[in-house]
Amino acid sequence: MGAEFVQLSLTPILIGILAAIACALPGNFLILRRQALIGDAISHVVLPGIVVAFLLTGAVAAVPMLIGAGLAAVVAVILIEAIKRLGRIEPGAAMGVVFTSLFAGGVLLLEQSDTSGVHLDVEHALMGNLESLIWLDANGWASLVDPLALAGLPPELGRIAVVALVISVLTWVFWRPLTLTTFDEGFARTLGLPASALGFGLVITAAVAAVAAFDAVGSIIVIAMFICPPAAARLMTDSLVRQVWWSVAFATLSAILGYVLAGYGPLWLGFADAVSAAGMVASVAGAILLLAALMGPRRARLGESRATS
Amino acid sequence: MNPLWEALTLQAGYNATLVAVGAALLGIAAGATGSFMVLRKRALVSDAMAHATLPGVGLAFMLMVALGGDGRNLVGLLTGSAVTAGIGLLGVDWLTRRTRLAEDAAIGSILSVFFGLGIVLMTIIQTMSSGRQAGLESFLLGSTAGMLLSDAITIAGGGALALGLVWLLRRPMTMVAFDAGYAQAVGVDVRRTDLAMMALVMGVTVIGLKIVGLILIVALLIIPAVTARFWTDRAEALVWIAGGVGGVAGYAGAAVSASAPDLPTGPIIVLIAAALFLVSLFFAPLRGVVAAVLRHHHFQGRVHRRQGLLSLSRAEPIHDPMTLRVLRRDGLIRADGVATDRGAAEAARAARDERRWTAARDLHQDTALIGRYDGLTAIDAVFTPDQIAAFDRHLGREGMI
Repeated sequence: MGAEFVQLSLTPILIGILAAIACALPGNFLILRRQALIGDAISHVVLPGIVVAFLLTGAVAAVPMLIGAGLAAVVAVILIEAIKRLGRIEPGAAMGVVFTSLFAGGVLLLEQSDTSGVHLDVEHALMGNLESLIWLDANGWASLVDPLALAGLPPELGRIAVVALVISVLTWVFWRPLTLTTFDEGFARTLGLPASALGFGLVITAAVAAVAAFDAVGSIIVIAMFICPPAAARLMTDSLVRQVWWSVAFATLSAILGYVLAGYGPLWLGFADAVSAAGMVASVAGAILLLAALMGPRRARLGESRATS
Repeated sequence: MNPLWEALTLQAGYNATLVAVGAALLGIAAGATGSFMVLRKRALVSDAMAHATLPGVGLAFMLMVALGGDGRNLVGLLTGSAVTAGIGLLGVDWLTRRTRLAEDAAIGSILSVFFGLGIVLMTIIQTMSSGRQAGLESFLLGSTAGMLLSDAITIAGGGALALGLVWLLRRPMTMVAFDAGYAQAVGVDVRRTDLAMMALVMGVTVIGLKIVGLILIVALLIIPAVTARFWTDRAEALVWIAGGVGGVAGYAGAAVSASAPDLPTGPIIVLIAAALFLVSLFFAPLRGVVAAVLRHHHFQGRVHRRQGLLSLSRAEPIHDPMTLRVLRRDGLIRADGVATDRGAAEAARAARDERRWTAARDLHQDTALIGRYDGLTAIDAVFTPDQIAAFDRHLGREGMI
């Protein structure tokens, strides 16, 4: 655990942890509201947003792409709602229509435009490039206090850190109204809470988390972190506070373990090359969910005896 | 001749023809199967299954290479993908039934975890024997470029088989999708029909992997079914309209994609289906948006006309601008708001209609008839001339004429 670790592994792990937490926090509420697949839909429509931003600006710049992706997510949410109402179609099907069409449009735009000179392709969008977010300027733990080296940190780290912080603060500030509208929307309305606005705000927050995390780690981690850690946490406890803490712990564990297993696991088994970190983080999150589903103390529905489940 | 026209008319070579026919068969099977699935409200379960095919493709490839084979045998890869898709489906079912997670959370977790596992396997394969891993990425978004003849035959045959099974199972599946309780009562095994339906969905997914790709195959299952919903209210018709939409999208998509480079097959097929959906959403005569707006507008006009006529008959002033506009348009009032001759006659008739309805309510207790009163229906559309004469006599006795 020396200079090499700081240089090659510290920043990817940190970025992975922050992205996982940024997604898992809104994921807790999405799961309780039966909107878990909004995360899935958003992470698909991010692609056309990024491609359009690239075509308009002609450069792979982070800020326009983040804006493009965010706008695409908002457009998708509005489209899903419009199709649901105009066509009287069930939400799942409406979502399926919107995100697949937008994703297909994104892929087509990407193939048709000349992106050969830039690092922008579908596989990158799906799998991210966590492994490449290294900190070249570091030469040991001492670099953590060296301003010159700190200036060379990958910019993704700063962005995802800000987003994770903002989402944590938002979760804390809106805790009470969010909880109320999630569990009993009718009651929340009688208290005068703007339930629809809160619901929309939650989806937008999820979109921001997805877009920022996507920038750093690709869409697999985004979908997996929206759903797996909160789902596993839900099987551990009945209290929402504890569920959120469990989900943060699970998200962190998935990010660290996934990265380490992907980078060093094959070496321990005698293979020469590392495997995809994004894929491994999702796999570890799945393993945690499997364990929780088999052994979590609150895995059964109320009223079902634990012996039969 | 231009290449798109060649591809559409099946003149772009034997392989391209087989692929286009295969895509059309697959599209019909997917549309029909998907409409059962959407009616059962399980649309996104297929998304979990589609993503769960990826580890199967990777494992099958590794197994075939380990056994000394080529590794790219399409039948072998599709078999592998079917196995893990099946495991994914069982996983969604297990999480939904055995834990307190809702189905959407189960779908999302299976989808992302299996896909993640698949990506891990892909990166292992990439390092295994770099020359031979060719083409596994094509399962993500579909590709028909450089497809072998045997692959095209496999896809066309698989599409035909799936379509045949849909035809055989259409009656029990229609019943279960439309009204599961009724189906159970008349002796259809709902659980096994559901299982057969999901098996068909899996079959379509697996066959579609090579053409549409696993990320977008769910679109070929959902979009045709949702599109067809705008054109009919009958379950039987829905299934075949959806099949038609899927078939057109598959055929045209494969042809367009074959006609030029840089047109990936899967996205093109999906975008054609999405275009058909958009057209239906706005212009379908039964449930389309334009039809609904026109119907609403027409109804509004009738209400304002009737209310305006009744006001005229009572010599009340009319203030509502829309009522004034409707009456003026129909030539019932002059620009200054005074009734024309025809307007006065129509107003008198409307008032008489209302009085007859009042009499009808006095004389008839039959709610099926007098319940037709909505302030718009003319009374002679509901009662016979004899009955109306009786109402008039009643009104005469009451001194209301």
